[in-house]
Amino acid sequence: MANILTLKKVCKTYGVNTKNPTKVLFDVDLEFEESSFNSIIGQSGSGKSTLLNIIGSLDRPTSGDILFKEESLSKLNNKDLAAFRNRSLGFIFQFHYLLPEFTALENVLMPYRISKREITKEVIERAEELLDIVGLGNFKHKLATNLSGGQQQRVAIARSLINNPSIVLADEPTGNLDSDTTEKVYELLRDINQKFKTTFIIITHDRTVAEKTDRVIEIKDGKVYLDISK
Amino acid sequence: MKLAFQIAKRFLLASKKQTLVIILGIAVGVSVQVFIGALIAGLQDSLVNTTIGSRSQITITNSDETEYISDYENLIVEIKSSSENISVITPTLTSSGSLLNDSSSEIIVLRGFDFETADEIYGFQEKLTEGSEMPDSINEVALGINLKENLGIEIGDSVEFDSAIYDNRFFTVVGFFDFGVNEINNTWTVSTLKTVQDVIDSGDVAQNIEMQLFEVFDAEDFTKMEIENSISGDFNITTWISENESLLSGLQGQSISSLMIQIFVIVSVVLGISSTLAITVLQKSKQLGILKAMGIQDGDASLIFLFEGALLGLFGAIVGILLGIGLLYAFTTFSGTDIPITFNVGFLALSAGIAILASTLAALSPAIKSSKLSVIEVIRNG
Repeated sequence: MANILTLKKVCKTYGVNTKNPTKVLFDVDLEFEESSFNSIIGQSGSGKSTLLNIIGSLDRPTSGDILFKEESLSKLNNKDLAAFRNRSLGFIFQFHYLLPEFTALENVLMPYRISKREITKEVIERAEELLDIVGLGNFKHKLATNLSGGQQQRVAIARSLINNPSIVLADEPTGNLDSDTTEKVYELLRDINQKFKTTFIIITHDRTVAEKTDRVIEIKDGKVYLDISK
Repeated sequence: MKLAFQIAKRFLLASKKQTLVIILGIAVGVSVQVFIGALIAGLQDSLVNTTIGSRSQITITNSDETEYISDYENLIVEIKSSSENISVITPTLTSSGSLLNDSSSEIIVLRGFDFETADEIYGFQEKLTEGSEMPDSINEVALGINLKENLGIEIGDSVEFDSAIYDNRFFTVVGFFDFGVNEINNTWTVSTLKTVQDVIDSGDVAQNIEMQLFEVFDAEDFTKMEIENSISGDFNITTWISENESLLSGLQGQSISSLMIQIFVIVSVVLGISSTLAITVLQKSKQLGILKAMGIQDGDASLIFLFEGALLGLFGAIVGILLGIGLLYAFTTFSGTDIPITFNVGFLALSAGIAILASTLAALSPAIKSSKLSVIEVIRNG
């Protein structure tokens, strides 16, 4: 299957212009196939969060390049990069990061509204459908603050899917949840992967979580240490 | 735009207490502005009115001061058509001498007026304390109220006028007036133009053409020019402005101090909003981080805070104006003084406009800060 994302010799150094520059990533080469279900593991300080930020175009590599399909992301300016994130990426974070001032449904619709398209009946129906998929159809008009941690994370999952992204990036998506809920969330992500053919890249420090995915990439000291596909 | 506005609205509504406190802060600033503005404008209007409300604001005399203006009626027509700012115009003729009654005598100024028009400047009729009509036939006079006591005369009395140059004659007193100014109350003896012409045996002449204006502050720079440009002949034109420099500089000083107060109020409002919104950026940094991860443009993220500033300014201005009007009402009702208030809708609109603009500007630095916020740091340290 074709590659959706390719990292070419990606390096990242923090504090380039200071006395003590810290190199975090060393010549990372990685390829992700379309509709694959991947995990990146590594201990804290291994550089996996930096890698996620670079993959998510939230940060730029010091050298090297990232290709989305055939397109090089290093050529995009900040504005185009923001538009790329909005259109092609979905994010799920450990701490949910819903907008507490908005309801579940409004949070799900937020990436769509950021794209400055007109809110149509169809897109509202789609948002409701996504909330149904994550099992929160009855909570759509509740304020985000009034939902439990697991519910908020499920809203965040629905939100990450609203713009039909090619890739969903999840940073410790279950780090904050109990083991039952963790299980449910992973089943959900897997279902979505199969149903919508969305590529998943899940960052975690938990090996048992990683083993549920089809490919485990281990980062150690800023380099790809292991890369095992099932 | 629409999204940024909606997010701004939600952010403000989500922390109601904080929003309310900022709005109150702006409102207090605006109300002080409204109050001080109206009070100072009122004081100035009243000062101007007391000083020049009952006197000539532009006076025309013959350039040779010993000569009278002979063709004054035509001159008045000419002047009147020269400027639209002239509200009243009237000829006057002045002489001097002494009034004698029994053993007392007083040096007086004999002034002849055309009461039909002069009354609009001097308001004789309403200043009459005794008698009901101003003089209308020859040798009738009205006197300043102090002359009544100083000479020991009553209405209807006949009083002798000694001009030292012309023949003595007797005037009939038809009224006393009170200008509230000693100089006038002590000396003015007022009669018709015709009487004074007759006393000095001059024929139909005037000495001064006096006028009042609609816009008094235009006297020197506009109206005087217009008159100069349209009348022929050699005349002196003097305005109240050139004769009242100290009053004017006083008024100017007042205006400047009022402006300073208002500027400082605005500065404190701006600083208040700016620092509060800067804190809001920190409070909302998680939200901003996630919005940016979802691809919101930096400009839209900044707009959120500009809208917050503008909304705070708008509601602050509305509450502030209401509060200011309340203050003015309470002041005029309960202070027991009769300090005048000049209430100007344009000034209110200006205060509101400045508050909204200042609040929006105050939000500028937080807005810029928000656009520079690093998503990674927010998400990592969240």
